[in-house]
Amino acid sequence: MRLVTHNMLQCHVRGCNVNNYPLQLSEVEIEIQETEFNSQFLRSMIRKLEWSALINSAREIGITTLPEVLPDDFDEDFLRNIHRVLLETHIQQGKMTCPNCNHVYLVRDGIPNMLLNESET
Amino acid sequence: MSRPEYQAPPELYYNDKEANKYTSNTRIQSIQAELTCRAIELLNLPENEPAFLLDIGCGSGLSGEILDEEGHFWVGIDIAPSMLQIALEREVEGDLFLQDAGHGLGFRPGTFDGAISISVLQWLCNADRKSHNPVTRLNRFFTTLYSSLRRGARAIFQFYPENDDQCELIMNVAMKCGFQGGLVVDYPNSKKAKKFFLCLFAGINGTESKPQMPKALGVGENEGDEPKTVNYSSERIQERNTKTKGNRKSIKDRDWILHKKGIARMRGKKGIPLDTKFTGRKRKSKF
Ligand SMILES: [Zn+2]
Repeated sequence: MRLVTHNMLQCHVRGCNVNNYPLQLSEVEIEIQETEFNSQFLRSMIRKLEWSALINSAREIGITTLPEVLPDDFDEDFLRNIHRVLLETHIQQGKMTCPNCNHVYLVRDGIPNMLLNESET
Repeated sequence: MSRPEYQAPPELYYNDKEANKYTSNTRIQSIQAELTCRAIELLNLPENEPAFLLDIGCGSGLSGEILDEEGHFWVGIDIAPSMLQIALEREVEGDLFLQDAGHGLGFRPGTFDGAISISVLQWLCNADRKSHNPVTRLNRFFTTLYSSLRRGARAIFQFYPENDDQCELIMNVAMKCGFQGGLVVDYPNSKKAKKFFLCLFAGINGTESKPQMPKALGVGENEGDEPKTVNYSSERIQERNTKTKGNRKSIKDRDWILHKKGIARMRGKKGIPLDTKFTGRKRKSKF
């Protein structure tokens, strides 16, 4: 799972509606998988990001190259860096924990297991 | 043969054997490709813009590969681990999630520019376990889907409804969850080519007054166009490809494929096809 998708992810346990974002990353293995640079797509996704959540999640997996505040305009260097973080950084293994209900979603082979127990639905 | 959704829940029906069979069957591949292309057309996305899309019931990534070819980015969910395993092996570009759509989706409001779903919705109407209530599950699914779509986005579901009641049930629940829209039936008079597409609109964006239902294929003045074979829409897909060619840069242009193959070879993978003059060309034979 790419980091951009993690930034879109919140807990979906029934009734867990507040403080359920972002899912906290731990025991994570990341892998860099190169992909084509597409500035048009990056620009449209940046508008959808929760920047502070992204900075936190990136920090949880050891990435400290992002600026604290989202710049007003995006130069090539910024876009190349954000491309690497959002679209080329994959969470291959690890845990994602809901900050509210503490449900743990496991990631195996890059695939998050989002299945719930019947009591959570 | 009875319909697969009568035989077992999807995560059990699509075991390793069925998942492999499904993915390597060329007839299924070409039907899946046609349905996906039609669903993308019905999404009515802005031209020449890469979109962030959700594929509900992505399976082994057959639809996802077409989204890749169209230059879109996607996330796929599926409840069958065997199918997802094959998607991994086929190195699709999208992110894969093991997920039961009936438990709802966990994406933030406005995440996706559209959603597609090919041959999946009828599964969601099953009660595979005692605790399953199809209406509750549909309700949870459509509510969370509505929220995960940006306003004005569409969700297109190709499906095989069991009967009129099932159609009505699905539409009623979807409308209650905030969607507008309805059913588009392509080639309604052809037993072979008839296809159902549920077209849902997640609100409207500023300029439109009311979303227009897309026109079905093979009705009214087009009635004579009824396809003779299942490959009915291949010319339309080709036409579409030539239309969009040159405007949008495909994510998988030749240089990129060569680059990716190079990486795979360096990692010591076997069975990477040799580069030929055909590398990176549109694969016509697929349709
Ligand atoms: Zn939670």
